[in-house]
Order: sequence, then structure tokens, then C-alpha cells
Amino acid sequence: MEPETLVSRTKRMPGKRSPHCEYRRYARHKRAIVVALAVLVAGVATLSMTIGSADLSVVDVVLALFGGGDEYDRIVVWNLRMPRVLTALVGGVALAMAGCAFQSTLRNPLASASTLGISQGAAFGASVAIILLGANGAAAYEGVQFSSNPYVTVVCAFLGAMASTLVVLGLSRLREMTPESIVLAGVALSALFAGGTTMIQYFAEDSQVAAVVFWTFGDLSRVSYRELAIMGCVTAVSAVFFFLNRWNYNAMESGEAAAHGLGVNVRSVRLAGMFVAAAAAASIIAFCGIINFVGLVAPHVMRRFIGSDYRYLLPASAFAGAGLLLVSDIVAHAVVAPLILPIGAITSFVGAPMFLYLLFKGVSR
Amino acid sequence: MLEAKEVAYSYVKGRPILKSVSALVEPGSFLAILGVNGCGKSTLMACLDDALKPDSGIVLLDGAALSQVPRGHRAKKIALVAQHSHANRLTVYDAVLLGRKPHMQGAPSEEDHAVVSKVLSDLGLSDFALRYIDELSGGEYQKVVLARAFVQQTDVLLLDEPTNNLDPANQQEVMRVVREEVDARNLAAAAVLHDVNLALRWCDRFLMLKDGLVEALGGSEVITESSMLSVYNMESDIIEYNGRRIVVPR
Repeated sequence: MEPETLVSRTKRMPGKRSPHCEYRRYARHKRAIVVALAVLVAGVATLSMTIGSADLSVVDVVLALFGGGDEYDRIVVWNLRMPRVLTALVGGVALAMAGCAFQSTLRNPLASASTLGISQGAAFGASVAIILLGANGAAAYEGVQFSSNPYVTVVCAFLGAMASTLVVLGLSRLREMTPESIVLAGVALSALFAGGTTMIQYFAEDSQVAAVVFWTFGDLSRVSYRELAIMGCVTAVSAVFFFLNRWNYNAMESGEAAAHGLGVNVRSVRLAGMFVAAAAAASIIAFCGIINFVGLVAPHVMRRFIGSDYRYLLPASAFAGAGLLLVSDIVAHAVVAPLILPIGAITSFVGAPMFLYLLFKGVSR
Repeated sequence: MLEAKEVAYSYVKGRPILKSVSALVEPGSFLAILGVNGCGKSTLMACLDDALKPDSGIVLLDGAALSQVPRGHRAKKIALVAQHSHANRLTVYDAVLLGRKPHMQGAPSEEDHAVVSKVLSDLGLSDFALRYIDELSGGEYQKVVLARAFVQQTDVLLLDEPTNNLDPANQQEVMRVVREEVDARNLAAAAVLHDVNLALRWCDRFLMLKDGLVEALGGSEVITESSMLSVYNMESDIIEYNGRRIVVPR
């Protein structure tokens, strides 16, 4: 006779089905939600590729995606619209996952690239590049031509974005800082960078100020396949990092002492998570400009629908972020076509009402 | 087995909260750590869980210095029910499954699920398994936190004020559950408690702290009128009822 094990004992439990059986159904349901979100985002991405001055139907887009249709459609889809749609996908995924990680590691629902000074740091870096170094702030901005390499702006924006996080991380290494202090330090640095940007702009030419302002609007069309590859690599690496830490984030949601009791090195997980999240958000902001609200709203919305389990919350937030950015991009193109509205403003217009609706509807919490 | 040897700790230099505390958390025994607010009970608990490194002295886990034990291995040996544990939007099942984290290799195994199912059933939490823990009452939530500690299947269980904010019935229920686990699994347990009578009802060893030093350590006989007066500055009578000692404030 086989020795009795805990597994066999539990499987034999009389009466109601064991919690594990019920849980398996529940877990399948959660996975189905994540898959449904992925399918929905794929649908919105396809729809998004029909938007633009060239009149393409969904069928034209699908044919072009699989190498069919006419030459013109394929060029429009693959050369013009695909980079923009992929940028929205990658950008949404990165910003939402970064927001998710910030909110977990800092145990603060308001933690995001904006509140931690990353966006303001990027704007400061871009201002330095465009005004002081004479870089090309925005290729699409008509009437402002600068001679130097446009990557100077990207690099400066990235460095500015990371500077804020590195200062906060440095301070927290010098002194034991609570998550609340870290967020407050981020808010202080945001103000500092915003002040610095204003001072630089004050002494700049009108056209330079216009270029900086245009850069901060955010634009998904600036990105080429080569730049997309860089953004994609950073996003993929950070996604793997966040996925590997999913149980650590779940533990940290229960509080620092509880996480410590479960063997989590709370300080290391927090600092590493903040660094990777900042790098992911900074890489997107550096290439696309300031895109507000995605990192804040996507995890919040998904937390209400799918709970705080990071095994599901991370992918669900990533798809929600991608969806939000794609829908915002469609709105930006469609509202006053052929003009394209600033994507950073549209994400706020699309996300904020959704966020407020859920907040006041009180979905469970 | 967990042992603190002459542990000293200070948050502010020159003002030690623990001066020299020695205590033993033995298998099959439930130790109550007692004392006034701010006397260092939770600090001692943090030292016992390696959350704080003692300024001097040492904490030994099965004879080895706790500070040298890798954190993953420590979490397989010592479970902590923290004073401040946050109810978030995890289901009861997921919150308890989290206790298997130290044993997991990536994803939870069948064995992990079996342990969780068993503990949920034992604690009468099966019907709540798929409810979110932020929707539970205080007593139900504290049981979930206990269940999470139990599924860690450690030799040592530390509880920092486990009955805080609970009504008397739930206080008794939480302590009963811990006592049963101590007896069933020969667990070494220690709890920071404020209610001396609750401690006398469920614990078998008592550590009374005062001014960073051990005022009394031993069985229920150390809870006396004089130790109550010395530790709590409270005049009381100790009476016997149904074979149990009870502290009655004057």
C-alpha cells in the first residue's frame, strides 16, 4: 500500500470540493481575462492601422499584414503605420508595467513616472539638449531646424529621467528611507527639474521653447524601427525582470515585515525594481516624449478587475496600458483629422474619466 | 529552536531599548513576551526574525548564528505573523499560497496546493478561499495571516501582537489555533502579547521585559503580584480558577 501523503489526504477530502479545485477554476478564469485582453489589444492595433490619411479598411490592413493586397497598402501599413502602432504597444506595455512595479515596491497607489520625477527629469534633459546643446528636439516640428544629431535629445532625456531615480536611490542607500520618503523625495525632485526646465526656457529663443514644448507633447510617430528595437529590448528585459519578481511583489503587498518573514530581501527588491521600472519608463519617454497617466491608470484599473496578484496583474496591466495608448492614438488621429493631437494629453483625457468612473463606482474597493 | 543570547539593540546610539536579553523558544512550547508599551518586545521579535541585527549578543537558530543563515533557508525555518500586515486585493487562497513562497521553485507545485488546501480546511477558511482578503472581518483576516504562516511549515513561529484589534472571542480563537498548531506539530512559538490573562490561558512560558532587561522568565509561576507591579506598575491579585492563574487588577 502506498504511504499516505498530504496530497493524497487532501484529494480524498469528503464533502465539498477542495479549495484547490475551486482555485484551479478561478485561476483559469484569470488567465482567460489576460488572454481576452491580449486579443482585444490585437484587434484595436489592427483597427488603429486603418487610421491615417491613406484610406485603408480593416481587410486591406489584414491583407497587407500577411503580404497580400496591393503594393501601396503594404508600404503604408509596414512603413508608416506599423512603427506607430508597435510604439504604442511597446510604450503602453513598458509604462504600465513600470507603474505596476512602482506601486508595488513603494506601496503607494500614486507612484508613477510622473510623481517620481522621471517625466520632469526627461523634460529637463530634452530642454538641455534642444536649448543648450542645439539638438533637434522634434523632427516633425516644422520651422525649427537644428543641425546636430537627434539622438542627443533622446540621450539627454533618458539621462534626465534616470537622474531623478538615481538621486532618490542614492539617498535611500545613504539613509534608510521609507517608501513614503522615497515618493516625497521624487516629488521634490520633480519640482526641482520643472523649475530647471522653466529657467532654461526663460533664457531661450522662442523657436527653441516651441521645440521643447512640442517634444513634451509626446508623439508616437517619431519612432523608427531601429529606435523601436531599442525600446523593445529594454521593455522585454524589464518584463522578464518583473515576471521573475512577481512573488516578491505579492509578498511586499502584505507589508515589509511580512515580506521579510517570507524571505524577501525587501530593500534590494525595492531598489532594483525602482531602477528597472525607471529605465523602462525613461526609454519610452526619451523616444516618444511625455506620456502621462498610462503608468498610473492601467495598473489601477486592472487591480480592480483582476486583483493584486502580480502573476496576473503585470500582464493584464501591460495589455491595458498598450490598449489605452492605442485608443488614445486613434483618438489623437481621428478627432480633428488630418491634425494629430498630442498623445500625452489624449492619454489623460481617455484615462482620467475611466479612472474616475471606477473610483466612484467603487468596484469592490 | 531559536535562542537569543544577551541581545542588545538601540535605535538611537546611547539609548538601548534592549540591554541584554536572553530567551529560548523551544519546540512544543509557546512563549509569551510581555511588558509595557515601548519596552522592546517587538524589537526583540525583530531580532529573533533577523529583521534587526543586534548591536551585541547573538540569535541562534538550531545552534547556528541566525545572521549567517541565508534568508531563503531562514524563511523555511521561521514564520512570522507581523504586527502590521496589510490586507490587499489577493484572494484568501492566494494570500495563503504566498506562505509557500520559500518552498516554491518558480510556480507552486501540487504539494504546495495540497498544503494550502489542508490548512484552509483545518482553519475553517475553505468557504472563504476565493474571497478577497480586504473584504474579510478582522478575525477572519488574522486567521488568513496565521494560515499563511502555517503553510510555511517552519519549526519556529513568531507572532507580533497577533490579537491586536480583535474582539475577545476572536482573540481566544486565534490563540487556540496557534496553541493547537504548537501541540500538533511540536512547534516552537513565541508571541508578543498585551493581555496577560490571554497569555496565561494559552502560553506555557513567559518572558517579562523591563527597561531592556529580562524581569522574569519561566512558567506561569513567574506571573505574580510583585512581577505585575514591577513590570506594569499595576497592583493586582493573582487568583486560581479551574486550575488556571488569572490576573485581577485591584
